[in-house]
Amino acid sequence: MRSAAARTVRAIPTLLRIGLAETVAYRAEFIVWILTTTMPLIMLGLWTTVADEGPFQAYRSEDFVAYYLAMLIVRNLTGSWVAWQVSEEIRLGTMSMRLLRPLHPMVAFATSHLAAIPFRGLIAIPVAVALLVSSGASALTHDPAQLALLIPSIALGWIIGFACLFALGCLAFLVTQTSAIGNIYFTLFGILSGYLLPLDLLPSWISRVAACTPFPSMLGTPVRLLVHPMARGDALELLAIQGAWAVGAIALALTAWRVGLRRYEAVGA
Amino acid sequence: MIRARDLTKHFRVHKRGSGLAAALKSVVRRKYELVKAVDGVSFEIQRGERVGFLGPNGAGKTTTLKVLSGLLHPTSGEVEVEGFVPFRRAPELLSAITLVMGQKSQLIWDLPPADTYAMNRAVFDVPQEAFERALKELTELLELGDLVTKPTRQLSLGERMKCELAAALLHGPTTLFLDEPTIGLDVAMQLAIRDFVRDYNQRHEATVLLTSHYMDDVVALCPRIIVIDQGKLIHDGDLRALVKQTDPDKRVSFTLVTPRADDELVKLGAILKREGQRATLRVGEKDLPAVVGHLLGEWKATDLAIEDPPLEEILRVMFGKAREGREASS
Repeated sequence: MRSAAARTVRAIPTLLRIGLAETVAYRAEFIVWILTTTMPLIMLGLWTTVADEGPFQAYRSEDFVAYYLAMLIVRNLTGSWVAWQVSEEIRLGTMSMRLLRPLHPMVAFATSHLAAIPFRGLIAIPVAVALLVSSGASALTHDPAQLALLIPSIALGWIIGFACLFALGCLAFLVTQTSAIGNIYFTLFGILSGYLLPLDLLPSWISRVAACTPFPSMLGTPVRLLVHPMARGDALELLAIQGAWAVGAIALALTAWRVGLRRYEAVGA
Repeated sequence: MIRARDLTKHFRVHKRGSGLAAALKSVVRRKYELVKAVDGVSFEIQRGERVGFLGPNGAGKTTTLKVLSGLLHPTSGEVEVEGFVPFRRAPELLSAITLVMGQKSQLIWDLPPADTYAMNRAVFDVPQEAFERALKELTELLELGDLVTKPTRQLSLGERMKCELAAALLHGPTTLFLDEPTIGLDVAMQLAIRDFVRDYNQRHEATVLLTSHYMDDVVALCPRIIVIDQGKLIHDGDLRALVKQTDPDKRVSFTLVTPRADDELVKLGAILKREGQRATLRVGEKDLPAVVGHLLGEWKATDLAIEDPPLEEILRVMFGKAREGREASS
């Protein structure tokens, strides 16, 4: 009998291909999704207007341009909507069909999300990169080693966000409607990840709270690697923190799944 | 092989009255009710058996199938399917079973069934050659033709059910849990699916556990039936024995050549149905030869048919007796 892990690895190319096909099928929904990720551009307009009259704390106008365009890129590459999918499938009982297959649903959702990333970035990322290089190039890091760390950092940011959202979706095993809990999560995410504004512009106590949560590792860390030149040791430390959060988030997601599944009622299915 | 011993599955259900007052009250104080969907059911099914699983709505049939297929954790009791405990969802078990639910789709809605088949091939790790052989066989048996390349959402219910069956069987399962697989299908399609299930059972020595509201499905496919009502098992055995034990009388239907009054017919048996010259009588087993001789000889009746009572009637009698028994004991 071939091992389950090897079987899963062999299935991934097919799952990615099917995920791509689904992404293309849901194109209207997709365009709406792309439009919903433009919050950084709104914040960009707001803060550059403020900074035009002089630097706001340490941020000049071009710093804001670099920050929010970097945020737009990272958000497009790391965003996930798995919590909504998981909770809906649990609530409606359609999760049953996934449970009948010898593949962990977390892997199935992950591959379908990964397949969608190139399409999600199709419009936003080229525009953001062009603007970033033309308008905010002076604020970018130029250290190739630091830029190279950006790739694992974005991957870890995606893993942390995806796993936390998967765990959030698993709350539907316990409470039928998770949208209120989801709203709390996304409020905290918006503030503590640096999505709405740079963490160093927040009151120091909020920054300290944020540092104790996984949110900065989802978005803020890759953005900092892109726009804040730093010592290599500091960059590696940020990456190590992300790695630890990724392990913790995966453990949380798997535990939430295992515990929650005992309460699954497979209603209507 | 399937084995269930003292299987129970209870649900805690939130109870609430209708209206605003009840809604507000339920925010402060919630009332819950324990529903015993399955209540101490035991049975064994050997490999290759075709078993009908019957009961009225809410009897616990689908809940039992969900426990057997690993979707639900039982509240108590022991369950074993193909040597595995289902809720542990061992990959070997999931590769050996399938669950077809007539009211739920496992096909990817916006893609053609062929894409779901490709995904299942990868997930179940079916070698390409075996996959192509199975797909060819299923395409022929189910007459899928070019259905597999149309988006699922554009298929009719009957077409979709055929594609669902193929998706459920491509990995070659040896235990089939079929929950209303012919629901909503026309008669021709029901027959096609019955034939297909029987053929699959014989070719693969597959175990089949079937629930259906169409008693014809059960009569045609299942020599053995298990009946549950309100979560409790009330019969497990041979279908014909059940019919004989519950209502041994036969139904004799015929068309009269010359008109006869009801008074003449009741001398042969109780009239169950009368539409002009066509009639159906209920006749005891020992009187049957004489009645048939009379109808064919003296009355020259045509289109004569002798049948067992419909399974629906048998079950109605059974459920009535079971309820009376419960009421008496409580």
